[in-house]
Order: sequence, then C-alpha cells, then structure tokens
Amino acid sequence: MADNIQMRVTRYTPSPGAVPTVANYDVPLRQDWSILDGLNFVKDHIDGSLSFRWSCRMGICGSCGMNVEGEPMLTCATFLTDYAPGPVRVEPLTNFPVVRDLVVDIDDFMEKLPRIKPWIIRDDEKSVMDGEYLQTPEELEEYKQFSNCINCMLCYAACPIYGLDESFIGPAAIALAERYDLDSRDRGQRERLDILIEKEGVWGCTFVGECTRVCPKHVDPAGAIQRYKLKAATENLKAFLLPRGAR
Amino acid sequence: MSENAAAAHDVLLVGGGAAGLRAAIAIAETNPSLSVAVISKVYPMRSHTVSAEGGAAGAIAEDDTLDEHAYDTVSGSDWLGDQDAIEAFVQEAPRELLQLEHWGCPWSREPNGRIAVRAFGGMKNMRTWFAADKTGFHMLHSLFQTSLKYADIRRYDEWFVTRLLVDDGRVHGVVAIELMTGRVEVIAAKSVVLCNGGSGKVFPFTTNANICTGDGMALAYRAGAPLKDMEFVQYHPTGLPFTGILITEATRAEGGWLLNKDGYRYLQDYDLGKPEPTPVLRSMELGPRDRLSQAFVHEVEKGRTIESPYGPIVHLDLRHLGAKLIDTKLPMVRELCMKYERIDPVKELIPVRPVVHYMMGGVHTDIDGATPIGGLYAAGEAACVTINGANRLGSNSLPECLVFGARAGKAAAEYAISAKQPSPVVMRQADDEVRRIDHMRSADRGTEQIADIREEMQSTMEDSAGIFRSGDSLAKGIDQLAELQQRLERVQLHDQTLAFNTELVAALELANMLDIAETMLHSALQREESRGAHQRTDFTSRDDTRFLNHALAYRDSDGSVRIERLPVTITRWPPGERVYGR
Repeated sequence: MADNIQMRVTRYTPSPGAVPTVANYDVPLRQDWSILDGLNFVKDHIDGSLSFRWSCRMGICGSCGMNVEGEPMLTCATFLTDYAPGPVRVEPLTNFPVVRDLVVDIDDFMEKLPRIKPWIIRDDEKSVMDGEYLQTPEELEEYKQFSNCINCMLCYAACPIYGLDESFIGPAAIALAERYDLDSRDRGQRERLDILIEKEGVWGCTFVGECTRVCPKHVDPAGAIQRYKLKAATENLKAFLLPRGAR
Repeated sequence: MSENAAAAHDVLLVGGGAAGLRAAIAIAETNPSLSVAVISKVYPMRSHTVSAEGGAAGAIAEDDTLDEHAYDTVSGSDWLGDQDAIEAFVQEAPRELLQLEHWGCPWSREPNGRIAVRAFGGMKNMRTWFAADKTGFHMLHSLFQTSLKYADIRRYDEWFVTRLLVDDGRVHGVVAIELMTGRVEVIAAKSVVLCNGGSGKVFPFTTNANICTGDGMALAYRAGAPLKDMEFVQYHPTGLPFTGILITEATRAEGGWLLNKDGYRYLQDYDLGKPEPTPVLRSMELGPRDRLSQAFVHEVEKGRTIESPYGPIVHLDLRHLGAKLIDTKLPMVRELCMKYERIDPVKELIPVRPVVHYMMGGVHTDIDGATPIGGLYAAGEAACVTINGANRLGSNSLPECLVFGARAGKAAAEYAISAKQPSPVVMRQADDEVRRIDHMRSADRGTEQIADIREEMQSTMEDSAGIFRSGDSLAKGIDQLAELQQRLERVQLHDQTLAFNTELVAALELANMLDIAETMLHSALQREESRGAHQRTDFTSRDDTRFLNHALAYRDSDGSVRIERLPVTITRWPPGERVYGR
C-alpha cells in the first residue's frame, strides 16, 4: 500500500465575491482510517482552518455527511483505502447552501421536520401511571426501519427533486411521517396526510429512489413516499365520491 | 457588545441531549407561560446521548423491587452514592421510562406487547429497558421529536456557550458564540440548567464523541460552583481497540464471554464468581465495570492478553449466541464490528480493551439539580447529584438524564417564577468575555498548536490518572497540566475568520478540558484510598474513616484548585463489602 493518499477538499470562506476552491492535502493512507480521520489529520497537522462537522465517529449522530467522489456519505463510515490510490474528492453535501468549507446549512430541514408532526398523536391520553401502551414485536417491526433515520441529510443531497425545488418536504421528513403513521400507538395519520397531500408533499417525488440507495441506515424513504401516494390517492378518491362527514 | 442582551428567557437549558430536552419538555408542560430556550453547540439530535447503546434501568418486572435497584446502585457506587438521591432515582426511573414509551420510544417488547427488560452489569435483577442496542439513539430522537410539539421552546442550535454571567450569587444568563456567523451575544436568563454532558475527551482513548469536552463543568467551575467527585472516571471494559467505539455491556448480558489469550474466562480469577455457560446476574461478565476494567490490567501484568497494533487486548466472544439473537438484540454491535474491525461477531472474536466512558463526577448539585449558585442547575453527565458515587452501573445514566433532567427543569422554572429580572451589571462581564474570545482568535499569540497541547493533555491524563493511579503519577500529572496551561496562552489559530470557526471552538474546548483535568488530578491526589473506579497503588484499600465523603473542587481566584469535603448521605444501607459472584 502507498504511504499517502491525496485528499482534494473544497474550501470556501464566505465574503463578497468569494467562490469555492479546491485544496490538495496528502494524508497517511492507513488501513483503519476513515475519510473523517483524514480530514482530522489535515486539521490537526496541516491546516487548522479547515472546517467540517463531526462528533460520534460511529455512524449514529449524523453530523459528518459530505460528498465523497460525488456520492453523499457519512465520512466516519467511509474508508480512505476504498479510494486508494486516490486522489479522493471531498465536497460539501449537494443541494444545501454552503456555510463554510464542508459545512452546509440544514435549517431548511429543521424547519420542515415539525410540519409533519413527528410525535405520537392520540385522541385519548392514557396516564403514565396506567402503564405502557402494548405493542407486540410484530407491531414494532412495522415501523422500526423508519425509526432508524439519523437525520444525516444524505437523502436530501442525493434527491434530484429537492435539488430542483427546495419546497419539496423531502425524503427523511416523509419517512419520519410514515414512522409515526405505522406506529400502533399513533392516531395522527389523517393530520399528516393533510400536510403531505399538498404539492410540496409526496407528489413532488417522481420516484427516482436515490434516497433509499444512499441511506446509511437502510431506511427506505422511497418506499414511504410510495405508500403515501397510495394513501393520498385513496383519500382523493374518497373526497370525490363521498361527502366530508363520511370520510 | 451592546448595552442589552440579544435575547432574554426565563429558563435557559444549555445542552440538547436527553437531560436538556427532558427538562425543556417538563417546563413546557408544567409552566407553559415561561419562556424556555435550549442552546447547544450541536443540533439536538447530534448530542452524545445518541451513542448510548445497551439500555436504561427502571424496576418494573414482577420479581423486581425498587429496594433491590437501590441496593445494587449503592453497592455499585462503593457506598459513595448519596442514598436519598438513589432512592428518589429508582422510584422515578420507571415512570420516566414509561413517559418515554408514551412519547413513542420504540422499546423492545415481549411477545405479549409488554416492555422487555434485559440483564446488565452489577444489577441483581433484569430491569434494563432497551431499544435493541440503539437505546440512546431512540430515546434522543423520541425526546427531540416530541419537543417539536412545543413550538414555544426556542432553540439556539449550534451556539457555543463560553461563559456564565454570575453576579451577587446568582446567574443572569450566558455569553455564547453563534457558530454560523461568529457573532458573540449575551442571552439573559433568570435560571440556567447545565445539561451539556461529560468530558471523556480529556483522555486519549474514549468512547465519547468529539463534543464531550466538559463544557458545562468548566462553565460552572469558573463561575465559582464546585465540581464533585471528579477523581472517579469510568473505564468501560469493552471498546474497539483503534477507535474506542463502545461495544455495549448488553453483549455480555445476552451471554457474551470475555476471554484472555488462552481462551480462558479470566474474570473467575478476580473474585467475580464461577464461569457458567449462561449469564448469572451480578457475576463474572455481569460484574461492575470498575472491577472488570481492573481485572484487564491484572491480565496484562500476567502476560495473558493479546498484543495488537493498539496495545494489549482481550477477546469478547459472542459466537455461541448465534446470528438470530445478535441480529435481533445486538444489530448495531454486528454493524460496528463489520465496519470498523472488518470482523463478523457471529463467526469471529471481537478484540476489546478498556476505554474511558463516563465521568461519575460533575457539577455539584442537590437532589433537585440546584448548585450553590442561585438559579444555576445541572443535570445528566454534566452534573454530580450523585447516584453514581465511585462507580456507575451500566444503564443507570440514561434514566438519570430523565429523572434529574425533569427535576432540574421544574426547579429552574420555580426559581425563574420568583426571580427578579437579570441584572444589567453583568454586561461588563460579557465585555470581558468578548475580549477573551477575540484574543483567542487573534494572530501573533505564539507558535503553540492546539492538537499538540490536546494530545499531551490526553497522554498526561492516561499516564497519571488511568485505571490505577499513585501519588507520584498524579503529582507529576499536575505539574504537566500546569505547563500545558501556560502553553495554551501561546496557542496560535490558523483561522481568524468568523463563519463557522471550528478551530476557535476547539481552542475554547481545550481551555475547558484543561481546567477539568486539573480538578480530576487534584481530587484524585487527595483521595488517599481505593474506592470504585479510583484505585491507588499506594493506598490499596477503602478507608471509610477518612474518605466516606465527597470531594468538592473549587477554583480559587488565582486559578488553583481547592478541595473541600462533604459527607455522603446514608439512609438505609450502611457501608459494607461489595460482593459479586458469591
């Protein structure tokens, strides 16, 4: 194995007229090193001004998503050796405004997330003193995969629809809506459908499926979107055929 | 800096992990008219709660009792836990975990739909609730998503708090940097709750995330509040050798074995019981973390560990559990091993070694999270109530965040209702803080590099205050830290820009960690006994006559550490022998 690998990293500092540039850094090519380890080597030993987010380095906090060789990836769970002999290109996630170097602005998602009401909605609230809501392992299995979303934003970076129209509520938000809809404790399906039936909701999606392909946690947002389209279509049909009170 | 604060709130929660979000929801539910804000250097769902794996303890099983949970916790703490706090904790933990269930947490279930519980280290009964092996992740996202229901909870995401504003014995707010713009602002608050986690990053090899830099502890300490029991650092016995990634204790609760280089279950040689084919509670691999990590060091001394590029290791054997159990109950363990070690635990042995995991110590609080500073509270790993004493039991920290997050939140709300408006005199302190930050960012300070000082601090801590310590190692470490404090004054940033200056944050975090590290070494030097996770090679036994008490570390005006002592609260369980496996 070669001793080093070159990382080609996007640099950008906001100022009037500033444009992104690319800086090349040679970092040690080690068997155990993730892309993130390479970036930290740069920050600690070559250029301390390189900015990027990271925290857990074990693929669960969702901070360190970047485009690696054009693909949205968690950089803590992607290894330098997979790109040997290099060079390896590291860019900020696509489809988001860039704040600085590899840091993108995800406030758009943070503003959208509450819209789909990602919490348990009940008609009747049982007191905590009365114990748990029963839920069998099979019922848990129904929504489990959708609950594994870590909000890493890779699906938004991969989504061509979101790239064209940022009003699209997007894959992770829809997957989380489905997570609660499928939860046997929840009664909020109708409220969420009212939101997702709007044009920024599921109809924006043309089913490219990139979201599911890039998800590092094997969540299937594309599947969630398809299920919602079916629900929405059924609902539209009911609206056409039945007076409101009968729906 | 303007004359006025950028914003003012009744209660400000610093940190958006389990404790901070639980506190925020508690206030939003009980005092909806109060202005509540959560400020964190990361988005809430990035908080380190996310990495917790194995579970959360709360006695609900029919054959379990609150008293047994309390006794396990007291004996696990080597009698340094305060028993009034432990009694309140075990009583409120089941209710808090049920509350999380009502908020949608996907707890693993029995076939009949009831909550499932698993065994855990040092626990006499099965009482650990779990969501597969991603318990912290699911708890955090359930709390975060539920918090979104309360639109009035104001959030300051990616704001780094650098100073508490304290005057006349009470808190008036904070100074914080908005990372996106680099702006430094005052956020006034009648009460402040520190919920910003632990400080594993003072050590070189830790399960902790990059963000665990003891910020809350350092903020309180500099503001004059004492830090309690800082000498007690938990080494988790099973971390992956290079990354330090945690392999949960649940692997052993489900039946995993620890093997030395001869394939021998070595824990049987350390008064932890006899090896049985299936797990026995409070025995062998289900002993407490302090004893298991100490046993590892003895195995190294006997030459019975395995050499690896990252030092000596032992093996964790899950092969006899089978793919089905591993995929159902330990899916993340399999995923982590395949990703970071390129091994499959269904067929291969997992290399592990002890790794710094948790700070038993933290900001000194009472049972409601109150510190000695008016209006200042703390909860979660940042705080030291203490239910953990000299050694925390696995799966007690997640419910601790909930129980004491809720308690501190409610107490801070009560304080805010009766408190006067924050005083404007603290704006001068804020100006000082702006100067400190500007100075840190300025050019021409010297030639020292952040990474060099950080690495030297970390190796100093490992050498002087590892699993075993001595008076000599600690004294040497104290001298080295003093030198590093000097060098920090000459640190040179490459980055002078405002927008998302992570190097500035790293420098401020390093300053926090150095202060925390000093309190750890001074507290450890003065505790001339061995208790729980604090093992002195020069004082090898527990000394209840001199040290059945807490260490309170205060910062003197010249920056030096002063230690005072506080008795342990004993209610029903007088100090006794810790017995495991017999």
